[in-house]
Amino acid sequence: MHPAASVILFTTASGAGYGLLLWLTLFALAGLAPMTSLFGLVGLSAALALITTGLLASTFHLGRPERAWRALTQWRSSWLAREGVAAIATYVVVGPFALGWVFLNRVDGPFAVCAALSGAMAALTVACTAMIYASLKPIRQWSHGWTAPVYLSLAAATGAILWVDLTLAFGAFRPAFGWLGVASMALAALAKLRYWRVIDNQAPRSTLASATGLSSFGAVRLLESPHTEENYVMREMGFRVARKHAAKLRRFVIAALFAIPLLALLGIALAAPPLVSALAAGLATLSAAAGVGAERWLFFAEATHVSTLYYGLPG
Amino acid sequence: MTSLPHGPSPKRLGLVIDLDTCVGCHACATSCKEWNASGHSAPLTDVNAYQAEQRGVWFNRVFTYEAGGCGADARTVHFPKNCLHCETPDCVTVCPTGASYKRAEDGIVLIDHDKCIGCKLCSWACPYGAREVDEVEGVMKKCTLCIDKIYNKNLPEAERVPACVSTCPVNARHFGDFNDPGSDVSRLTRERGGFDLMPETGCKPTSKYLPPRPGRRGPAAPTKPAERAAGEPTGLLRWVDRILSR
Repeated sequence: MHPAASVILFTTASGAGYGLLLWLTLFALAGLAPMTSLFGLVGLSAALALITTGLLASTFHLGRPERAWRALTQWRSSWLAREGVAAIATYVVVGPFALGWVFLNRVDGPFAVCAALSGAMAALTVACTAMIYASLKPIRQWSHGWTAPVYLSLAAATGAILWVDLTLAFGAFRPAFGWLGVASMALAALAKLRYWRVIDNQAPRSTLASATGLSSFGAVRLLESPHTEENYVMREMGFRVARKHAAKLRRFVIAALFAIPLLALLGIALAAPPLVSALAAGLATLSAAAGVGAERWLFFAEATHVSTLYYGLPG
Repeated sequence: MTSLPHGPSPKRLGLVIDLDTCVGCHACATSCKEWNASGHSAPLTDVNAYQAEQRGVWFNRVFTYEAGGCGADARTVHFPKNCLHCETPDCVTVCPTGASYKRAEDGIVLIDHDKCIGCKLCSWACPYGAREVDEVEGVMKKCTLCIDKIYNKNLPEAERVPACVSTCPVNARHFGDFNDPGSDVSRLTRERGGFDLMPETGCKPTSKYLPPRPGRRGPAAPTKPAERAAGEPTGLLRWVDRILSR
């Protein structure tokens, strides 16, 4: 599948934003977040800026962005519409939660309800994003049970890094936050390794023989393509990444997204001196940002689509 | 509404494509392009139409495959492919806007081009590669089963079939209602063992393909004159002899 930059930016930025929002709501409710206006303003602004950047980026790949509002109507059948509705609903409940935190410095009563709903909607929105991909049966690398856990755990883990950054910057850091980062990143790594194992051991569900129904005659091969130039289906669905490049990129993801941030977070959790902690947090953030970008690029580039079987490509 | 219509539709319109008779002339593809460049799906745009890196929207694409062994044992199969107007089309249910829909009355899968946002998700959901993006218009386009032809009261009744069907010079394409057991498409599917492409996708295509017939594959005819029995006629006489001997 063609890895569109706008969709990579959307899923990674909004994923981290929703992850940060989730931790902001949980720690605000648990009383572990500083109830100051500045902390609330910076934290919530960062989360909402990432989410909004991502959502805006997602409209860049549309042929008719001015009609994007229509994408909210078919939530009964479409995961993409559900994602849109969940994203808007998140803004609605984050509003009062943010007002309470920034202007009134409180998260109790109705504000607590909005906080809890914000966290739930953040997780739900990421789950909807994942389900857009996981529900596409023609793409075997996406259509299985590990796509959603990867999306959810990576959103939580990248959000946890931002939460550590935020609390370190405001002097509100607790070692437990560092351990939270370590645990969520370790979970995300396990989910992604499992995802790779699943797609590496998959047998293609369809072959050119089943696609053409000509298996009774024996092996089937493409003799003549319908046209000399590449068409939309070949460009969009037929994107291929060389196996050796994919292997190299996977190693980069393991190092940049998982290993380096894990070590950095571990150091921060084990009470490194403030300056070292700050440097480690910066390193973890930059490294994870590059890593998650590569992870999402590979998510698309390694996926194959059965319709390309007709063009003589592997499905 | 991108939820599928409840219950079976009164009509199930679709095509039967005969892989035995198709000669791979691409007339269906060009006729389709010509008809659909105006009407319901208009315009059917092309980019760089007369130069390198040409790309554009076509609803019908004709592949050619080789099946079986090698050389004389192999069989060449021409394979036209367009939307199969599935019973449970995933391209419809994934649509976030309501632009994609399956008609309750005849099962045709259509796009409302005024609602489509061009998110391309339907093309990802279609296992058959039947949907293409019109990059000039910014919306998705697909085979309409010539909805603006098959119901067109201005045309003589015999012409109210999809352009690909009326143009096919070898009658390899048939159009009709699969709910009517007496229709050509139902009869051909029954008698010739019509099959679904990739039944494992679960989309339940309406349109069917007829397999190539096994063919007559006796021992190869002698080609060198020396191998023929003495006194056997040659040239035109040999041909006349063969015709008369039938």
